[in-house]
Amino acid sequence: MRGQVSEWTELMRQAVAGDGAAYQRLLRAISPVLRATAQRGLARAGQPTDGCEDIVQEILLAVHLKRHTWDPAAPFGPWLFAIARNKLIDTLRRKGRRVFVDIDEFADVLPSEPEKKAASAREVDQHLSALPPRQRDVVRAIAVDSASIKEAAAKLAMSEGAVRVALHRGLATLAAKLREP
Amino acid sequence: MDTDDLIRTLAADNDWRATPTGTAVLVALVAAAPISLAIFLLMLGVRPDFVAAAHNPFFDLKFVVTLALATSAVGVVLPLSRPGATLGVRPWLLLVPIALLGIGIVCDISVAQDRSWTERLIGTNSRVCLTAVPAMALPLLVAALIGLRQGASTRPALSGAVAGLICGGLAATVYAAHCTDDSPLFVATWYSIGIAGLTAAGAAAGSRLLRI
Repeated sequence: MRGQVSEWTELMRQAVAGDGAAYQRLLRAISPVLRATAQRGLARAGQPTDGCEDIVQEILLAVHLKRHTWDPAAPFGPWLFAIARNKLIDTLRRKGRRVFVDIDEFADVLPSEPEKKAASAREVDQHLSALPPRQRDVVRAIAVDSASIKEAAAKLAMSEGAVRVALHRGLATLAAKLREP
Repeated sequence: MDTDDLIRTLAADNDWRATPTGTAVLVALVAAAPISLAIFLLMLGVRPDFVAAAHNPFFDLKFVVTLALATSAVGVVLPLSRPGATLGVRPWLLLVPIALLGIGIVCDISVAQDRSWTERLIGTNSRVCLTAVPAMALPLLVAALIGLRQGASTRPALSGAVAGLICGGLAATVYAAHCTDDSPLFVATWYSIGIAGLTAAGAAAGSRLLRI
């Protein structure tokens, strides 16, 4: 586990330095661990675990939008765990429970089904259709139709810069909508 | 949406560079400062004997204490906006302004003066102090909270409260140039009440606005 976490730190450093492939590898690597953490948290709070993937996606969005608060000189694990725990507790509270979940450190949470195909989640989809049109079109083109920034720009007759701005704003709006009670 | 699709989408946004939290807070405070200064200049103004008062150590102490409060609070709020960051000794630095004020009070009481200590504590400006400090601090607090939204505090109410200390400290520093009550007893009483109110307001607002 320790080795894995230091590998994450290295990948995150590369990501911050501009390596998108390293970033994608990192997010893929942390997802099963986040999933296991979320499942465990839900189970302990007596909640059905089928809302698990929504929590994983919400954590991933928070990780993405707040990654500038990570100090590249510090290990990535504690930062990630603090965000994951915060999001998990927030979600459980939003579901109307006063909870104090005792969440284990990552070291104890080995992914239960490591290679399980990432499940689909409902909440992001619901909010996606409610985004402002331009943001929605850009996020859809990239997320659902697997377009690159360049392809999305050509398809939507926008400049690449405008696509980038709309993409980032769209992700930030999605995260804000997920946070609403 | 599949989590894999989301991950691909996030990676497509990898080149985005966000403004650091400290910069965001600074820019917001600088933008709001003219409002606070306008309140000060239009409604209060510098006290007429400012130059003479500068020779009074108790007058100067007011600025030292309030600035020490604002700076030590800045040192706490920034690590608080980094998930998992350790605060170290920084929260203890918040005791510096309190200690300075304590030393001031001891001096104030031990020096022979015309007015009794109760008169010095009650002063002549308490009502103005209780209105002016929060009035000048409020625009700064709104700005600081907007700036702090750039960060990621896992203790949003605490972050908001510390933001209240920063803005209360800054507003009190400016207000001190108007206030003719220089006794540390007055400062410890009335300035503290105003700043405590801001801290509470900051905590309440922070718990809503600063969630990750």
